[in-house]
Amino acid sequence: MAQFTLNINGSSHTVEADPSTPLLWVLRDHLNLVGTKYGCGIAQCGSCTVHLGDVATRSCMLPVASVGNQEVTTIEGLSEAGDHPVQEAWLEEDVPQCGYCQAGQIMTAAALLKQNPNPSDAEIEMAMNGNICRCGTYVRIKKAIRRAADANA
Amino acid sequence: MTRIKTTLGRRAFIKNTSLAGGGLVLGFSWLNACKPEQAKTMAVLEMPEEWFEINAYLKIGDNGLATIFSPNPEFGQNVITSMPMIVAEELGIAWEKVLVEQAPFHVENYGRQFTGGSQGIRRAWEGLRMAGASARHMLRQAAANAWAVSMDEITTQGGMLHHAGSGKSAHYGEMAAAAAQLEVPEEIELKTPADFNIIGHSKKNVRGHDIVTGKPIFGVDYTREGMLIAMPVFPPAFGMTFKSMDAEAVKAMPGIRDVFTIETLEPDYQRSMFDTTTFEQPIIIVGETTWAVMQAKKALHAQWEPFEARTHTVAGWGGAQEVTIPAGLENTRTHREQMEAMDAKPGKVARKDGDPETAFKNAAKVVERTYSCPFLAHNCMEPMNFFAHVTEEKAELAGPLQAPEFIENTLAARLGMPKENIDIHMTRMGGGFGRRAYSTHAVEAALVSRKMNAPVRLMYSREDDMGFGIYRPSYFARFKAALDADNNLVGYTVKAGGIPESPLFANRFPAGAVDHYLAEEWDIPSNITIGAFRAPRSNFMAGAEQSFLDEVAETAGKDPIAFRLELLEKAKTQPVGETNDYDPERYAGVLELVREKSGWDTLQNKGNRGVSAYFCHNSYAAHVLELSMENGKPRVEKVTCALDCGIVINPDAAVNMAEGAIVDGVGNTMFGEMTFTDGRPDKRNFDTYRMIRMTEAPRDIQVHFVQNEIAPTGLGEPPFPPIFGAFANALYKATGQRQYHQPFVTERPLKT
Repeated sequence: MAQFTLNINGSSHTVEADPSTPLLWVLRDHLNLVGTKYGCGIAQCGSCTVHLGDVATRSCMLPVASVGNQEVTTIEGLSEAGDHPVQEAWLEEDVPQCGYCQAGQIMTAAALLKQNPNPSDAEIEMAMNGNICRCGTYVRIKKAIRRAADANA
Repeated sequence: MTRIKTTLGRRAFIKNTSLAGGGLVLGFSWLNACKPEQAKTMAVLEMPEEWFEINAYLKIGDNGLATIFSPNPEFGQNVITSMPMIVAEELGIAWEKVLVEQAPFHVENYGRQFTGGSQGIRRAWEGLRMAGASARHMLRQAAANAWAVSMDEITTQGGMLHHAGSGKSAHYGEMAAAAAQLEVPEEIELKTPADFNIIGHSKKNVRGHDIVTGKPIFGVDYTREGMLIAMPVFPPAFGMTFKSMDAEAVKAMPGIRDVFTIETLEPDYQRSMFDTTTFEQPIIIVGETTWAVMQAKKALHAQWEPFEARTHTVAGWGGAQEVTIPAGLENTRTHREQMEAMDAKPGKVARKDGDPETAFKNAAKVVERTYSCPFLAHNCMEPMNFFAHVTEEKAELAGPLQAPEFIENTLAARLGMPKENIDIHMTRMGGGFGRRAYSTHAVEAALVSRKMNAPVRLMYSREDDMGFGIYRPSYFARFKAALDADNNLVGYTVKAGGIPESPLFANRFPAGAVDHYLAEEWDIPSNITIGAFRAPRSNFMAGAEQSFLDEVAETAGKDPIAFRLELLEKAKTQPVGETNDYDPERYAGVLELVREKSGWDTLQNKGNRGVSAYFCHNSYAAHVLELSMENGKPRVEKVTCALDCGIVINPDAAVNMAEGAIVDGVGNTMFGEMTFTDGRPDKRNFDTYRMIRMTEAPRDIQVHFVQNEIAPTGLGEPPFPPIFGAFANALYKATGQRQYHQPFVTERPLKT
């Protein structure tokens, strides 16, 4: 066990955890930030995606010891009122079915648009390819990203 | 307007105080998320000071808001929006004034609270309408009493009551207290579809805002002070059972509280059909955090041994049956040989029309093909999990499940506790697809909680969930068609079987359209656990049959849509047999609609396209799928889909459901496969189990509904099965090769 001070969603959190604990489980079990989801534990499905700085990162394989003082943003911290352009586009397109993977999808999409405000369809597909949606909402996810990009343009 | 008798159970109308917030309350936001800008407006809407329960489905606040309870569990099919829409329609309230909550599990009030079989809307349709219409009736009566006028003169609009003669008006909240005291009317009026202003008008998912902001709405998000985490350790292979373990070293690991085995079901317990459990004596590791338990799972040394064949009593639809689970460590390769051996023998005859032997003897042309599919894992994104807190007196359970009713008796029997003391709370499910009709993991959670004397969340890892699943069976089918000299289909036989069940539907199309018909089946026992998977059995038969018919049409030199329509015309005008379970006119209707909408006859570039149609779960679906080849791999460019599910409640959500079924179907056609080596599941996570991803999803999907006023039927399953056939038929156009054995796409490029 060791103590870690983490910068999450703009505030500082101190946790006692085994240094090998993935950030995902620190968020979920220690801090009750459960919007970030466990899907596979091996960085293959994207359900656990958070931002480390501006970069979409799989939190399920990221040991808490390696986070340091980097800024962590989770779905709970993406916007104050749930009105980030990507979240609004998701509601406009009524994207979710079961909804379980959607936090990870939204975090990946938000990071993509920060890097590339006007991605092509092929660029959207490549950026989103690490996020599995078992319900098959891919067509709507792509439309929502397009909509969010257009809203920013 | 239709007048009908109110036939809802009386209990549904008895004021049920538990609705006011008793039992287990999860942190659900109940704000109706409309458009985002509306959601913001809603957030400042004042909650009423008092709610008046009109019946089990709804309560009305003193300020005119209504809370509508959605009876069925939600796994993404969006009944949590569409079921309340039906109540709101008949209640005559504006959708913006409606809040939605998941109803408690209470079958006496709500009847069937099961998400499965695409029956949710179909079976609840009348009850939901009655709940809304009887409340509207009682509100009108209350207003008539207050204003001393005849009830017939009271009209409603958008949650307001009006009396034209006196000019009086009131919102529902003003009459709710009085309405709640009235007798339930014996007869009520239902709207005619032409007057619907909520049904048929798209409404956003009421949980959309919670989902996109990461609110704790899933079972796996539920937490309780002092809650422990438990995870199972299963044997490494089907056919094995617990022998011994070295628990002490693991118990000493940091954060670990205990390690033990449980007996999920007692050997003499008469099981229900849904008491399917993969391993009945799992090791359980209990600890303080998920990560601690995951580490302990890896560190545990356990010994396992092959089990002997065992027999259970299972209560089925045809009465209790003895079911024997065979011993042995099974292999996909031997499964194949077993299926081929069974296929070579005569099967059990399920239906025979005319004289198929003679028809084939006299045929001008015969087409004969075999098809197969592998086991499939459900792979719900939220792995199996359940919360339980069991004390001496009562058991509280919360988690994602499709059918609380299916596990309630088992919990009661296993805990030795009356059902009244067991409270099962339905959380939103991170996917279901049939897997969560089986909830023995809730029993596991309850047993662990009782042993630990603490609240517990039992969780499967992805490896547990995928590797030790309740799979879609592996199936095999042989089809034969006889054409006469004029290329008419005069004989047709199907022989189908699987491990461990047959997928045959003897009375489905083209039965009824062919004079000489034979359907046979067989099965092979197995110890690999299987269960319902989105459109059970249809999810194989549709693809096989629709690929086969494509090849028969080609042999007959006919357009594949025209060929099917010709058969359906015969089924309509000169049906063979009396047990055909489809309506040829509606079946033809979706084919005609998809032909028109896809431009089947008019497109200049006919490209690599395939058609397929199927009837299952009371609804009709047809697809035209177009694909291109990119680097030896197919990419679906466009799917045009036509559906007939009667009245569509929430059109945009219905389109979403159909899109999902299409993507799911394309994914499983291309990649879906679970294999076994000496009983071991060969794939345990998404690094080896190929799921469809965005670069492989169809680029465009267009969904069209047949417009009619037939009472609604299901939609979660019907668009799924036929996509396998549409894909196979389009792939043939692209590659010149027919594909018969799923999955069709491997890491090797396909020849074009």
